[in-house]
Amino acid sequence: MSDPVSLTDHPVQEASATPPAPGRSRHLSDRWLTVAFISPALLLLLAMSVFPLLWALYLSFTDYSATRGGPATFVWFENFTAILTSAQVHMRAFTTLLYVVGAVTLQTVLGFSIAYLISRRVRGRGVLTTLFLVPMMLSPVVVGLFWRFMLDAQFGVINSMLGSIGLGQVEWLTKQNTALISLIVVDTWQWTPFIMLIALAGLTAVPKYLYEAASIDRASEWFRFRTITLPLVWPLLLIAVLFRAIEAFRLFDLVYILTSGGPGVSTETLSFHVYKVAFLGFNTGTASAYGILMVLIVIVLAQLYMRYLNKLKED
Amino acid sequence: MAVSVDKAVSPGPVRDHRPPGRRRRGRGRVVIEVAVLAVLAAVMLFPVLWMIETSIKENRDVYAIPAKFFDFTITLDHFKDVFVASGGGPTTLSGSFLNSVVVAGVSTVLATVLGVPAAWAYSRFSVKAKKDQLFFILSTRFMPPVVVVIPIFLMYRQVGLFDTKLGLILIYTAFNVPFTIWMMKGFVDEVPAEYEDAAMLDGYTRLQAFWKFTLPLLLPGIAATAVFALIFSWNEFVFAIFLTSSDAVRTAPPAIAGLIGGTTVDWGLVAAASIVFALPVLVFSYLVRKHLVAGVTLGAVRR
Repeated sequence: MSDPVSLTDHPVQEASATPPAPGRSRHLSDRWLTVAFISPALLLLLAMSVFPLLWALYLSFTDYSATRGGPATFVWFENFTAILTSAQVHMRAFTTLLYVVGAVTLQTVLGFSIAYLISRRVRGRGVLTTLFLVPMMLSPVVVGLFWRFMLDAQFGVINSMLGSIGLGQVEWLTKQNTALISLIVVDTWQWTPFIMLIALAGLTAVPKYLYEAASIDRASEWFRFRTITLPLVWPLLLIAVLFRAIEAFRLFDLVYILTSGGPGVSTETLSFHVYKVAFLGFNTGTASAYGILMVLIVIVLAQLYMRYLNKLKED
Repeated sequence: MAVSVDKAVSPGPVRDHRPPGRRRRGRGRVVIEVAVLAVLAAVMLFPVLWMIETSIKENRDVYAIPAKFFDFTITLDHFKDVFVASGGGPTTLSGSFLNSVVVAGVSTVLATVLGVPAAWAYSRFSVKAKKDQLFFILSTRFMPPVVVVIPIFLMYRQVGLFDTKLGLILIYTAFNVPFTIWMMKGFVDEVPAEYEDAAMLDGYTRLQAFWKFTLPLLLPGIAATAVFALIFSWNEFVFAIFLTSSDAVRTAPPAIAGLIGGTTVDWGLVAAASIVFALPVLVFSYLVRKHLVAGVTLGAVRR
């Protein structure tokens, strides 16, 4: 039992059915146990996640400011209309969209390709997989700091290498149009392993006999990939992609460390903009409304994620 | 069908038997594929190697133009600077490492104590709207931290939890409980409920059956789950930077990030501090590599 994960092909999904209780008392004690075991965790979540969000919802209808203090006056939907009609916010939304789509697409293509290549190898798989996974486990702070050093225009190693093969210097983090690209590259570096790991899980789960059957039929490699590999791995890959999209949408630390939203506002994502409104501008009411809108987007994405997750579990 | 790195490593070749005519072309392809993999691995690992190199270079080599890849003098001064201040006492950085240990450790223990029983109850008993409850629990984990931190900041200021370790511990516990429940529910599902039923036929109560028979079987799973929770708390940055202000409370991520605040940056020190910070994470994640797929998807994907 030291390895509970690899026990069964189909983990018991609903082991919940309590056996027919012989007496009333056992049933009661089960109910009591359920409440006693679940409620502490739920209470903590209510206090630390739900209550703060409800408070933010209340603040979003007011003009409260954390520094000015004093009583908050209701302004109703003013904050929301201000945000939704602000050209600044539209620009941040566009930046975020570029970043999320760019980074997640790159990661998916790269991660899946690496997983496919690794899955075809027989020897050295373990070592390769372990090595590829290193970036994913590092803290975004460490990743951000290190790339900032490597991308430094003056003494960064990237420019030094470009120089030695005769290419010009690039101001990676200090030019408007390269900064966002740098951010996407760094995020891709860190999270390609994530897609790779999950794609690899999907690829190794494809039953071998399908390939054998296809090879008896002399099916071409591309045909096998298109009709066997891709359809079987796709559901799992989709979940990984959605997961990454949610994470990329709420990303803050990497932006903060790598570019602080600059130069100008070229790498200011929605998360970073909320931070500026809340902690530099101290427009707490506006920031709360802004945050609530972001939470709504996350909820939509999370719903999608869970719908696909359910579908995957039911198959 | 548990998929883990170890399983991905299992020796069984997935490849088919090629007809002899294709064999030579196949070999050429293998060489190309291995080469591509090697280049990709080098690209992925280069930043890590560069960080290690920078941490053992002398300052003049760190800033050398063009960059020095091999011929530099090795020094461990930067690592010493991480822990020992120029005056001789411990640095504020080393204090922040200690804070990280306390905050991550205590919050992990709390999340485990709260999460494991809840996961067991969700797995064993019929709970009203169970699916909705579980989805609600996971969705709290998806909230953008920058948004959550605004009301938490105000709340903590009201009740005096701002800039305290307890405040950080509480928010990290709340962030790790959803993960613990989802991850552990998978492990509990795999322990047959019949064990408990049999024990109860022998006269044990449900609670005793859980404690004496199921819990020992869950220990490896609990250990893996706790390690992931530890890594999440250890690496966390957003709450750490917004909910603390003094060096006495600050954890390592914001402290290390603070090293680049000034006009000149001691990149050797940053590199050494980053390595000291990242090393335990890498060791721990190597230990739980079998459960990595479940761990990094917050317990959602386990197939």
